[in-house]
Amino acid sequence: MTTPSSTSAINPKPRRQRRSRASRLLHSPVFFPLVGFIAVFIVMALVNDNFLLPNNLTNVARQGAIIGIIAVGMSFAIFTGGIDLSVGPVMALSGTLMAGLMAAGWPPTVAVIVGLLLGMTFGAFNGACVAFARMPPIIVTLATMGIARGLGLIYTGGYPISGLPAGFAFFGRGEVMGIQVPILIMLLVYLVAYIVLHHTSFGRYVYAIGGNEEATRLTGIRVPRYKLLVYTISGLTAAIAGLVITSRLMSGQPNAGTGFELDAIAAVVLGGAAIAGGRGAILGTLVGAMLLAILNNGLNLMGVSPYLQDVVKGGIILLAIYIGRGRSA
Amino acid sequence: MALLALEKVSKTFPGVRALHEVSLHVEAGEIHALLGENGAGKSTLMKILCGIHQPDSGEILIDGTPQHFTSYRRACAAGVGIVFQEFSLIPGLSVVDNIFLGREPRNALGLIRHGEMLKQANALFERLDIDIDPQIRVHHLSVADQQFVEIAKALSLDARVLVLDEPTAPLTPTEVERLFAIMRQLRAQGVAMVFISHHMEEIFEICDRVTVLRDGEYVATLNVADTDAGALVERMVGRRVDNIFPERQPAPDKSDLVLEAHIRMAGRRHTDHIRLGRGEILGFAGLVGSGRSEMALAMIGAHPVAERRMTLEGHKVTLKSPADALKRGIGLLPENRKQQGLILPFTCADNISINHLSRFHTAAGLISRRREREAAEALMDRVRVKAPGSDTVVGTLSGGNQQKVVIARWLERGCRVLIFDEPTRGIDVGAKSEIYALMKTLTAQGISIVMISSELPEITGLCDRVLVFNHGHVVAELAGDDIQAGTIMTHATRQISLDNPTGAAEPAAHLERAS
Ligand SMILES: Nc1ncnc2c1ncn2[C@@H]1O[C@H](COP(=O)(O)OP(=O)(O)OP(=O)(O)O)[C@@H](O)[C@H]1O
Ligand SMILES: [Mg+2]
Repeated sequence: MTTPSSTSAINPKPRRQRRSRASRLLHSPVFFPLVGFIAVFIVMALVNDNFLLPNNLTNVARQGAIIGIIAVGMSFAIFTGGIDLSVGPVMALSGTLMAGLMAAGWPPTVAVIVGLLLGMTFGAFNGACVAFARMPPIIVTLATMGIARGLGLIYTGGYPISGLPAGFAFFGRGEVMGIQVPILIMLLVYLVAYIVLHHTSFGRYVYAIGGNEEATRLTGIRVPRYKLLVYTISGLTAAIAGLVITSRLMSGQPNAGTGFELDAIAAVVLGGAAIAGGRGAILGTLVGAMLLAILNNGLNLMGVSPYLQDVVKGGIILLAIYIGRGRSA
Repeated sequence: MALLALEKVSKTFPGVRALHEVSLHVEAGEIHALLGENGAGKSTLMKILCGIHQPDSGEILIDGTPQHFTSYRRACAAGVGIVFQEFSLIPGLSVVDNIFLGREPRNALGLIRHGEMLKQANALFERLDIDIDPQIRVHHLSVADQQFVEIAKALSLDARVLVLDEPTAPLTPTEVERLFAIMRQLRAQGVAMVFISHHMEEIFEICDRVTVLRDGEYVATLNVADTDAGALVERMVGRRVDNIFPERQPAPDKSDLVLEAHIRMAGRRHTDHIRLGRGEILGFAGLVGSGRSEMALAMIGAHPVAERRMTLEGHKVTLKSPADALKRGIGLLPENRKQQGLILPFTCADNISINHLSRFHTAAGLISRRREREAAEALMDRVRVKAPGSDTVVGTLSGGNQQKVVIARWLERGCRVLIFDEPTRGIDVGAKSEIYALMKTLTAQGISIVMISSELPEITGLCDRVLVFNHGHVVAELAGDDIQAGTIMTHATRQISLDNPTGAAEPAAHLERAS
């Protein structure tokens, strides 16, 4: 493959230096979110005596897992320059369907699979609207957000569905080797997402579409196909979150997940992603989701009123993004 | 005393020393050429002059007074105007809104005085002898007209120093002449101009003096009258470049057709017929806007058409998207590298490998980063991309080096047909000849190339056959000794009646005569 260039003798080859380890860490998109996370962590530990208790920390991680899982699909959407506002209602809808099927006597495994498929179908519908009908993602998912919420309420008649088989509690309350299952599920989802985004062609296309969709299309990549896949993934991760939350509550709540889309977007952006697409790291999103979780938990421990919490959280998000702007390269 | 003096300016970016103690002096009423290879530091020097970058050391003097341009606005206020290498107009806004963007004249209520803006714009266009409707939206304008709007914008502040960074790259010879007429007029008015171009003949036509840069260092300043192109290139490249076009080979066997396309653009009555032989370089010549790029896009299924019948190696193919085309081995290097070619946040390596990632898959279907990087670096060496490394973000490269990255993407893609739309736009003389040689290597491997170019020497020096476009149609086919600049221009500028279908049928008759 290396045809020796006839001129290389005269014109010395340009230097090929690789970045040093330290410089790579500094330029890694995860670096800045990590610094923010550590800062908030230290503050919370100083302000609250109970914050550092192992019990509390696992609690934080478990509570953060729901948003953390949803934020994975959101990351895919945002990396392509899109967005998915329907994640909260899709989560609730998939969760209630799982609950409803189990309450009707279906075996849990089948119910879960059907619920996950429903999430994927919803996502695929979003994707088809965005990719093939070429509608703007923010509008499409705003509409399907309402549709999913409405369908969930129709399906349940507005009431929670309870009476789920005891074994189903495993996903939200179980432990494996001393680690809570929701945390394990979240880590597994991140691991798969990391491999997909950083080591497969599809992952590369996700960033390419966000970086310059027109160029990606002209160079021969099937952009619509990959966009469809991206929104399908987002529907799937929302449904996985639906599984965890339904199992945790042991009931299907049609109103669960209100405002989750905003928390998921915040997690992605706190994680260093460019909202316009093309840039971002999935591990950054994990850090962002955990940052939100310790904020929530810390403010709760401090006894801050929920209304004030929203104000503080919003302020901290603004601040973090202001400091980190233009930082990720 | 020089109107503009840059004294010992240095600038280092992370990993790149872009400029080292470079000086440049420009008199009032002088057109001063800035010459250098891709990545020599020309644009960087001009961005420092305009306050976009801050120098690490060195001084900017205007009329002998040191200036500290901490922003572009400051530089504008001091009478410096720039026409950027990459377009900076906002497509959705009107011409006049673009010209006055950020400093619209306002009335007592703070509202924009549209009438006043329009009056000033009209006066400006009159002074420059530009015939463009100021109220039209920029995206409706041809590339050339956009360039003139850029110039008007730069001059709208009564700039005494005007920088033109590769203004002629997207222009055809006629339009270049129009630009030069404006420049001569400005010279007579005492404007000091810095002119950047990779076209030697332009420098000899319009410039008074020339300063050569090499690898970010000052080489020499010469009177244009006292030097010649060969000497300049030698100073710029550090070696002689004698013949930039590869030697002519006998034209490939005509009967060995690879691609045949019948394409009728939406809204047109006449179907164009394009045949491409194996190992052939087929040129698309014509004025900017004559429909060459649209045809190229149509040939890969990226442009809506009324009719498209294509045969590849004797088999009928239906192309619905560029991905279909790529699957069949037809690739396009698009005209506009920033909008259509590059993924700007990506590294060089990622940009190059994007359309052949599967080549680096391991057994598990994952990408081997190491193999990907090695392949990309080999390609970067082949086209001589000047960059700190293959992991450099492509957006920080100089314009010409960005272009080389897009070219590199196609070299090992394994296509049967490559369509190169203005492949050497913004590329320096030395690298150009290497790209021509690369194209010949590709054709020797049996790959067929369609080359769209507004540079006639490139068409005449490289192509085995040429199709001339005029008003959206192929109006002539030239081969062998008929490929002459004069003949091409005659066909490209000939009046053809758009409404009269017989006028459109006439080219077919011509086709037979020429081939
Ligand atoms: N913002 C930046 N960040 C990092 N490096 C940069 C940046 N801008 C320019 N460079 C580097 O500085 C060097 C000089 O670039 P410059 O754009 O001035 O070249 P040029 O002479 O204008 O080339 P061309 O003819 O290709 O336009 C190049 O090596 C380029 O990669
Ligand atoms: Mg430049």
